[in-house]
Amino acid sequence: MSLRSEKAHVISYAEALNEAVAQEMRIDPNVFVMGLDVDDHLGILGSTVGLVDEFGADRVFSTPLSEDAMTGVSIGSAMAGLRPIHVHIRMDFLMLCMNQLINIASKAHYMYGGAVNVPMVVRSIIGKSWGQGAQHSQALYSMFAHVPGIRIVAPSNAYDAKGCMTTAIRDNNPVLFVEHRLLYYTEADVPQEQFEVPFGVANICAPGSDVTIVAISNMVIESLRARELLDGIGIDAEIIDPISLVPLDIETIVASVEKTGHLLVVDNAWISCGMSAEIVAQVIQKASTPVRVDRLGFAPVPCPTTPTLEDAFYPNPATIASTAFRLLNPEMPDWAPDPERAALAYQQKFRGPF
Amino acid sequence: MNGAETRLYHAVRRIRRVEEVIAEIYPSDKIRSPVHLSIGQEAVAVGVCDVLGRDDVVAMTYRGHAAYLAKGGDLKAMMAELYGKATGSAGGRGGSMHLISMDHYVLGGSAVVATSIPVAVGYAFALKKEKKNRVVACYFGDGATEEGAFYESINFSSLHALPILFVCENNGFAIHQPLEDRWATPDVCKRVEAFGIPAEQIVSGDIFDIRNAAQSAVAQMKSKSDGPHFLECHTYRWREHVGPNEDYQSGYRDRADASAWFDNDPVEQLGKTLAADVRVKIDYEIESEIKEALQFAEQSPFPDESELEANVFAV
Ligand SMILES: Cc1ncc(C[n+]2csc(CCOP(=O)(O)OP(=O)(O)O)c2C)c(N)n1
Repeated sequence: MSLRSEKAHVISYAEALNEAVAQEMRIDPNVFVMGLDVDDHLGILGSTVGLVDEFGADRVFSTPLSEDAMTGVSIGSAMAGLRPIHVHIRMDFLMLCMNQLINIASKAHYMYGGAVNVPMVVRSIIGKSWGQGAQHSQALYSMFAHVPGIRIVAPSNAYDAKGCMTTAIRDNNPVLFVEHRLLYYTEADVPQEQFEVPFGVANICAPGSDVTIVAISNMVIESLRARELLDGIGIDAEIIDPISLVPLDIETIVASVEKTGHLLVVDNAWISCGMSAEIVAQVIQKASTPVRVDRLGFAPVPCPTTPTLEDAFYPNPATIASTAFRLLNPEMPDWAPDPERAALAYQQKFRGPF
Repeated sequence: MNGAETRLYHAVRRIRRVEEVIAEIYPSDKIRSPVHLSIGQEAVAVGVCDVLGRDDVVAMTYRGHAAYLAKGGDLKAMMAELYGKATGSAGGRGGSMHLISMDHYVLGGSAVVATSIPVAVGYAFALKKEKKNRVVACYFGDGATEEGAFYESINFSSLHALPILFVCENNGFAIHQPLEDRWATPDVCKRVEAFGIPAEQIVSGDIFDIRNAAQSAVAQMKSKSDGPHFLECHTYRWREHVGPNEDYQSGYRDRADASAWFDNDPVEQLGKTLAADVRVKIDYEIESEIKEALQFAEQSPFPDESELEANVFAV
């Protein structure tokens, strides 16, 4: 992380995204924002509110419901020198953009022998809770991580959201910007002026010596809470937020695991062929000491709408803590923390309909 | 004629009241599912479904309560689904946006706009091969016609002369975006006709106009196997895009724009044609049915955690 500024203010994740985009739009006339509903009164949960008033409808506009073609349109405009930010209120809708992103955007620079760049940002939000269900709460970034040529960032707090957005807009590659719905309500101290959070530099959110927990997106929040639960029984967990998934700062993770000997990856997605598999594989390849590993992620089913099954679908502080305990103490009986202590304040605050 | 009016009144009034009750319950958080209400749009659901046979098929969208009920979907199973209960139409796995009833040939909706259109076309493809004179009615919003899948689907359906009635519920908005900001030309029927599909625009919102148009389209598909038909039904969504409330204060539209639709309310229009005691009897029946369905939903159990992994793969 870059230096904390003197001139900081406490803003939400949504405000941080909004501020980063507005500040870059003020200094770079090539930056524009497009996507369904970016210019309505709700402004993508506040993250685009006010942009159309300041920059006008030429630079901030809603598109028809045509995600596939609109992705191609952003790619073409980026090749011609503009810097589009294409916004999707749900990551699920990226499946309509997949062809253009994978077959064109990710490989254009390569296939043109370096003669064109595709400097575009694709923003998408992962939904959770309130029965949004199978088609409105998917986290699909590992599908994109499989393919060379697309950067992927998943900031877990308002500070990183602002810094990563500035970096993303200035990057000369397609950047998939992964946002979690529940993070929108979290606040942090964020510098008022522009700053960049570099891609490929992980953040050690909390130091520890017994077990390394690598957590992605909002699982960082859940894992920090799990760390407190583990602390209550004398286990000292180190929490690492990779922030950017492509490129991935594997060195920081490996160094931590060499210290703790234990790695738990908590992904905000399914486990199979996901980021957790990638992180674990790279650690095993690179660590110079023996490592014990485990992984947590979504249950291997589509996300159910009913609250009882939805609760069982997601990792939470209690399952993270008990999995870490088992990783460290395979011979001991399972341990589960007190559920009341495990409850998260921000989850209690969240209400539907979305 | 009076038989039709009684039947249609029952159908539109039932949908209206069910959704009003959903909106009333919503703040209690018992329904933890995003609800896209059809209040104001009932005539399209009922006008088309009224001319379908029991084994004809309906596909719709996340705004699907009305079509589900109009096609005969069970109210108890719907309420239980909204409550996330094991007795729900999809056992609590689909929620409000994905009501289904294979027993009543309700193919259901999808939370991803336009994705159910090609699926409905595929179902029609199978029905054509089956040669039993069944048809599919496929509902979608004006916004859905902007997706590539829509044009690809109507082209294929026309090419193969499939028995499918496309029903565009044109309520003028996609969330908060008006049609003018999304369509290069205003006449979707002309665009559809270019694919060789007969298309009819109904601007009145009148349930009999919709029903007559649907009836003649379905009759032609069944008697002549003449391929797809298209209806563009103008209508108006009275409540917010998603959620239980009105939203005329939020600035993207005005209550005055809605007033013609309020005046033209199919529930009231049809209700006026009935004798007072006939109407009261129907209203009473509907309220009892809703009360019973709510009780059923409340008392039904949530799915057990042990069932989390059921149905991922078919056996
Ligand atoms: C592919 C896709 N893009 C965007 C959305 C978000 N979204 C949900 S409903 C909607 C508007 C659809 O409008 P329309 O088809 O006219 O149907 P209506 O909601 O008015 O019934 C949008 C944009 C989505 N669900 N799926």
